[in-house]
Amino acid sequence: MGVVAFVEHAVKRPVFGCRMCGQCVLHDTGMTCPMTCPKALRNGPCGGVREDGHCEVKPEMRCVWLKAEQRSRTLPLLPPSWRAHFGQLRPPVDNRLQGTSSWVNLFTGRDRQRPDGWEERADAEGPT
Amino acid sequence: MSRLRDLVEDGRSTILTGEAPTVDGGDLAAVEARVAEIASWADAVNATDNPAAHAHASNVAVAIALARLGIEPVLQVVARDKNRIACQADIVGAALHGVENVCCLTGDDVTAGDEPEARRVFDLDGPQLVRVATGLSEGRYLSGRPLELARPLFVGSVENPAAPPLDHRAQRAAKKIAAGARFLQLQICYHPDRLESFVHQLHDRGFTERAALLPTIVLVRSARVLSYMDTSVPGIDVPTETLARVEQAADQDEAAYELALEQAEHAISLPGVRGLHIIDFRHDGAVSRLCRDLGIPTKEERRAHAHRAQLPV
Repeated sequence: MGVVAFVEHAVKRPVFGCRMCGQCVLHDTGMTCPMTCPKALRNGPCGGVREDGHCEVKPEMRCVWLKAEQRSRTLPLLPPSWRAHFGQLRPPVDNRLQGTSSWVNLFTGRDRQRPDGWEERADAEGPT
Repeated sequence: MSRLRDLVEDGRSTILTGEAPTVDGGDLAAVEARVAEIASWADAVNATDNPAAHAHASNVAVAIALARLGIEPVLQVVARDKNRIACQADIVGAALHGVENVCCLTGDDVTAGDEPEARRVFDLDGPQLVRVATGLSEGRYLSGRPLELARPLFVGSVENPAAPPLDHRAQRAAKKIAAGARFLQLQICYHPDRLESFVHQLHDRGFTERAALLPTIVLVRSARVLSYMDTSVPGIDVPTETLARVEQAADQDEAAYELALEQAEHAISLPGVRGLHIIDFRHDGAVSRLCRDLGIPTKEERRAHAHRAQLPV
């Protein structure tokens, strides 16, 4: 792990529970890390959320996506474009980036590389 | 050719899909026997992918078996057990045998099953799987590598209208529709108000024009099974009063059927709902009874007349 990755982890781990996926989407998910979901889902809550809003896998934990959805609407100071991105279809995780710095990957554009067959569509956003 | 696609695109006929009971042994005849009743009504039958995280004869094997029996299959693919390479291989492999309908979902966690110590995969999630399957249908793997002579797949998914966050469920369904889902088999919902709100949100925004909504109806015989679903099946909540209604009935068997019939009548009356997805745990002819009580013609009659069910008021 490089110096930047070390610093990033030191900052984001205590605040967001960062798992160092190297392709951070916190800004699109109400500043809630989707990798803390036991299924590591990037596109919203699974159908197993309990009636009390807790996680199917860890009953003692509130569903990560419940928090994300709520925060994306209510968190103060969140830029409107970040709120609007909540409904976007996020691509599959690039597992090669695990453990690398998302800050570096953002700067170099590495985190925006997609598999050639992953077509970004204009209509990918659901209703907000 | 996918008959299910034809029905969805035609838009006139009530659509019924159903779930093939799980298969753990025997041969083709065993599959035929287990699926006979639902197949006599359903336009297409799901070959499930290790439901509730219990191992069974595989989705691909059962889908091919259904196709060989002349029953149109829906290959259910969950993201829990296999990575993106294996999921694509399953879809393309099943298509070789004529399996064109694919239903993509995230899947219950391994902890819901009888081998909770297993490794969970979730390399993709449900909406991503929908997009990947749509890409296969369009002739490319996720890597971009072309598929030669790709079969046109009919891709669908599921959504749970009753699980929190309730206000977000329609948006998540819309995301799957935007990713390429043309039908959504909705998780069984014991809260009619939640189903209604979910369907209305999608209908008002035009999404029911793009995908057929098929709410699930589960046929059970007792309050005990309802109670089991409430406590043990992820994402299903059975309200206390609903449970009590069946539990306190003189004839639980009949009360459980009446509940399913009411759910079905309500669901199919909603704008944008194109039919039902039926899961039968009774195995006593209740599928036929339900369809007759709903006024839904047999599969052959519907095929002949492309008839829209007229429901008793």
